[in-house]
Amino acid sequence: MNNTLLRLSAFAMLVSCTLISCDKDDDSNSNNTEPGTVNIEFKNRAAGNNLELNTTTYSNAMGQDFKFTKFRYILSNFRLKKSDGTYYNVPESYYLIDEAVSNSEKVNLTNVPAGTYTALEFIIGVDSARNTSGAQTGALDPTTGMFWTWNSGYIFVMMEGLAASSPSGDLTFHIGGYKGANNCIRTSTVNFSSNLNVGKDKSPELEIDVNVLEMFKAPNAIDFTTLSNTMGGPTSVLVADNYIDMFTFNSITD
Amino acid sequence: MQNMSSLYVLCLTFITLCFAACKDNENESIDVTFKVPAGWPAPVYNNPANPITEAGFKLGRKLFYDPQLSRDNTVSCGSCHQQFAAFANLDHKVSHGIDNLLGTRNAPPMFNLAWHPTFMWDGGVNHIEVMPLAPIGNPVEMDEQIDNVIAKLRADNEYRFMFKEAFGTDSINSQKMLLAFAQFMSLMVSANSKYDKVMDGQAIFSSEEASGYSFFKKHCNGCHTEPLMTNFTYRNNGLDNTFADLGRGLITQQPNDMGLFKVPSLRNIALSKPYMHDGRFQTLEACIEHYNSGIKSSATVDSLVASGIAISTQEKTALISFLNTLTDSTFITDKRFIEQ
Repeated sequence: MNNTLLRLSAFAMLVSCTLISCDKDDDSNSNNTEPGTVNIEFKNRAAGNNLELNTTTYSNAMGQDFKFTKFRYILSNFRLKKSDGTYYNVPESYYLIDEAVSNSEKVNLTNVPAGTYTALEFIIGVDSARNTSGAQTGALDPTTGMFWTWNSGYIFVMMEGLAASSPSGDLTFHIGGYKGANNCIRTSTVNFSSNLNVGKDKSPELEIDVNVLEMFKAPNAIDFTTLSNTMGGPTSVLVADNYIDMFTFNSITD
Repeated sequence: MQNMSSLYVLCLTFITLCFAACKDNENESIDVTFKVPAGWPAPVYNNPANPITEAGFKLGRKLFYDPQLSRDNTVSCGSCHQQFAAFANLDHKVSHGIDNLLGTRNAPPMFNLAWHPTFMWDGGVNHIEVMPLAPIGNPVEMDEQIDNVIAKLRADNEYRFMFKEAFGTDSINSQKMLLAFAQFMSLMVSANSKYDKVMDGQAIFSSEEASGYSFFKKHCNGCHTEPLMTNFTYRNNGLDNTFADLGRGLITQQPNDMGLFKVPSLRNIALSKPYMHDGRFQTLEACIEHYNSGIKSSATVDSLVASGIAISTQEKTALISFLNTLTDSTFITDKRFIEQ
């Protein structure tokens, strides 16, 4: 008798569990609340074309010719703005984008809650907390060469190149620093021209243009005869105030 | 024939004993409990994600003494940080690095590092875990790329074994290497000097030491603050009118920081000559005389020393007696920190 009762209750529990979970699944399917993936591509562009290292000659806003030999940057703390004005903060979002490393410009955000998004926000560089938290890994691993060992902190944007107008012939723009007046952390907001819809079976592609010449352009037009080498400090801040405008919306493909 | 086989047995026994000895040494149990000495503030470094384990500490120690961490495999951390000098570099004004190159600064002693808010004379390094990256990458110290260091460690079976012991996986990366270093370095606590015993009521100062301590509390404690014997601030102690080394100013690029250096701890000071950021003074007498008669004026000279600290011959002798009570001989002979 007791045994039968136990079995019955166990069966009842099992049935209710199944029903509850079915119920949940049904809800998700009908409202499409399952998370999805957003595939972002950062397209480094200059003078209307894809950026080319070593070969193509570009001009800065002062009309001085130069070439890029290295171009890499760290983006972090991604958040997607929902149509209701709230944000989804992407956890542990730290990415190193290196012109010399294919596919590094592709950033896939997985497990993004379903919904309609209107903008992407991120930090150009690394938040001050991670600059002061000791040994990191992934995009922040010091083996990437984006960490200053003698004055702890990350290089946010590393541009190296060649320019006849530079006294040394070289361009060394290592922009970083998280403290006080020399803080080079900038927040970039990329507003979408059309909505980004995320949900089950939807992995939209988001293309963002990175207009690399902006870092030398405005508001502080960089003159390579007087500034060709900066590794943090007030001259780096000039460049940071320029690169805040570097990222713009290109397209969304559903 | 019988002789041969006795010899054989003897050899075998000998070899076995050798292995057993090696094994004993490797398995030697080490106390890795981190203890905050009585009356000390809480340490700055207390990373719950990096608890000190015996395996992690031993790995950190091996890394500290390993010349593979330099470009040509000749210079280790221990080359410039010698235990008998409280992990400073005895008799070297500045660091003597790779290819016989000289650095620009005096290698600081290493102890009580878990309490340091910043590292280096200019405070440029902001965390104990990233501290080893600076000397490894410095072109006149160890001059090696971190990715090369990691490649060397990955190619070394013993390291793969030790990383597995310490972190549960033999996949070696810079983060795990730095965590092991931090375990070793943070356990280097020096708090067993005569001064500490006096404060703890287990010993008493001689009358000369006591009068030196009185002088210290009146004139030195403002920067060399007890119990760590430094308050970790940056000061210009009047060494020069103009600065060959901008010190803290190199890091902040602020005019007020030009010529400032971090106040060093006076613990173990009798062991770690020469003195000052550039090792210019060979003796404690010379240091004290600097504050008495050698202060040079400049825009950033510290107000606490700007007009000098007058000291009589008798007071000087007493002060040196007191400074000698800050020597912790158990720390410099502690077997846990010796190269294995």
